[in-house]
Amino acid sequence: MRLIPDAIRAVLRRDAAADRVVPPSGFTVRLTVFTSAAMAFLTIFVMAFSLASGRLAQDWGEELARASTLRISTPAEQMAGQTAAALRVLEQTPGVARARALSEAEQQALLEPWFGPDLPVDSLPVPQLIEIVETDDGYDSEGLRLRLQAEVPGAVLDEHTRWRRPLVAAASRLRLLGWASILLIAAATGAMVTLAANAALAANAQVIAVLRLVGATDGYIARAFVRRYTLRTFSGAALGAALGLAAILLMPGDSEAGGFLTSLRLQGWHWLLPLTVPPLAALVAFLATQAAARRVLGALA
Amino acid sequence: MIELENVAYSYGGDALLTDMSLQLAPGTFHFLTGPSGAGKTTFLKLCYGALKPTGGQVRLFGRDVTGLSRDAVAYTRRRIGVVHQDCQFLDHLPLSENVALPLTVSGQGSPDQSDNLRELMAWVGLVDKTDALPPELSGGERQRAALARALILSPDVILADEPTGNVDWEMSQRLLRLLVELNRMGKTVMIATHDLMLIRAAKAQVQARVLRIANRSLQLAGADL
Repeated sequence: MRLIPDAIRAVLRRDAAADRVVPPSGFTVRLTVFTSAAMAFLTIFVMAFSLASGRLAQDWGEELARASTLRISTPAEQMAGQTAAALRVLEQTPGVARARALSEAEQQALLEPWFGPDLPVDSLPVPQLIEIVETDDGYDSEGLRLRLQAEVPGAVLDEHTRWRRPLVAAASRLRLLGWASILLIAAATGAMVTLAANAALAANAQVIAVLRLVGATDGYIARAFVRRYTLRTFSGAALGAALGLAAILLMPGDSEAGGFLTSLRLQGWHWLLPLTVPPLAALVAFLATQAAARRVLGALA
Repeated sequence: MIELENVAYSYGGDALLTDMSLQLAPGTFHFLTGPSGAGKTTFLKLCYGALKPTGGQVRLFGRDVTGLSRDAVAYTRRRIGVVHQDCQFLDHLPLSENVALPLTVSGQGSPDQSDNLRELMAWVGLVDKTDALPPELSGGERQRAALARALILSPDVILADEPTGNVDWEMSQRLLRLLVELNRMGKTVMIATHDLMLIRAAKAQVQARVLRIANRSLQLAGADL
């Protein structure tokens, strides 16, 4: 229990009499609950969006790391020589981490889906494939192409996933924007609660004056308001988070084809993240109301 | 209990009150009089820490007000019962909860207090108004309710600002009797009023001293009243 600060314990502890000293105010209650629900819903959505962008950036990034393939098409008798030459060129190219000629068995496995298992692949003039693993910096593809043209005329450099590089950068940027949006939503929630609490404190000036007169401390008066707004924001955020989660559950997921648009569903432990939204919203409301109450009360006699 | 030493107060411009000295001893009964706007309310506010003096020193229960924190002022106020002319209540709570409010805010609200509360309500004659909301009460009932609220914590001092300002003569007599009774029980009482009839009526019942605010300063009025 020592871990919970007194202030938070005061919010959690129900003091029916203290709750009653501030008059109930129906309309602003509903507005506060509605706004925090909307904010929580947006947070869940943006969170799913950010996590999906993050996953996308990661998946595509991994594919980029083993991006290129070198294909050598040449009469069978020159194959071994050209393969060796190509590997030598690749070894000398800066930016290539590893280059490896695929074995016959691996090549056969690659072709099997296309020709079926019964076709005697051995008898066909199959080109030799070389897998190229890049370093993070990548290599100069134009230079490599020119050099290969001169030394290994049968080689074709195939950078089939290079076009994704800017997309990966964009996906990372989108993820960053998403998290920034969540921070903005949290700040907007704090601003909204501050406005609502200020309005409530102003509307209840007489109540506060009476409480001061009969010997209530600022802390007592502040708690009556802080507790109310913290709980309202929490319940609103819980409602919004539940709706947001339901919306995400309804998104079709696990589809290979759709890629980005269909992968908004959360994965693994990420399902736990939305659960943190209501407590965090409540914390924001707690801090905002506390600050507003202290400011207003400090200015009174 | 309440001591003023060369106290001055100004609301920014010229001083409203200057050079006031007073020692409010336990068990005394004081009237505070003077023309409207002379500063009676300001004087009372200085006495319960709602205002801090701009000059001189106010000591409440031996502690200098100027150095008190806001919380310390709140704690001090629990030992001083205040009744205003236009007494304010929490309009959404029934009278009994309003009268018990000082108990509630000081964390002493408990079912054990309900006997005390009933007794007090009977003493001020408001038993049948227990569940009424404050806006439903008449002026005299509000004054008595405010007195009951000022008394629930059993304070040492009772300060009343024009307690009979809004009520008829008969009711003001009734309020006065309650205050005199309190004084006989040992409480220190100070009543600000410009009603000389009330002061004369009181002098018949209790040994009261009359303070007058005139020429921005506090004077002990003669016995000629």
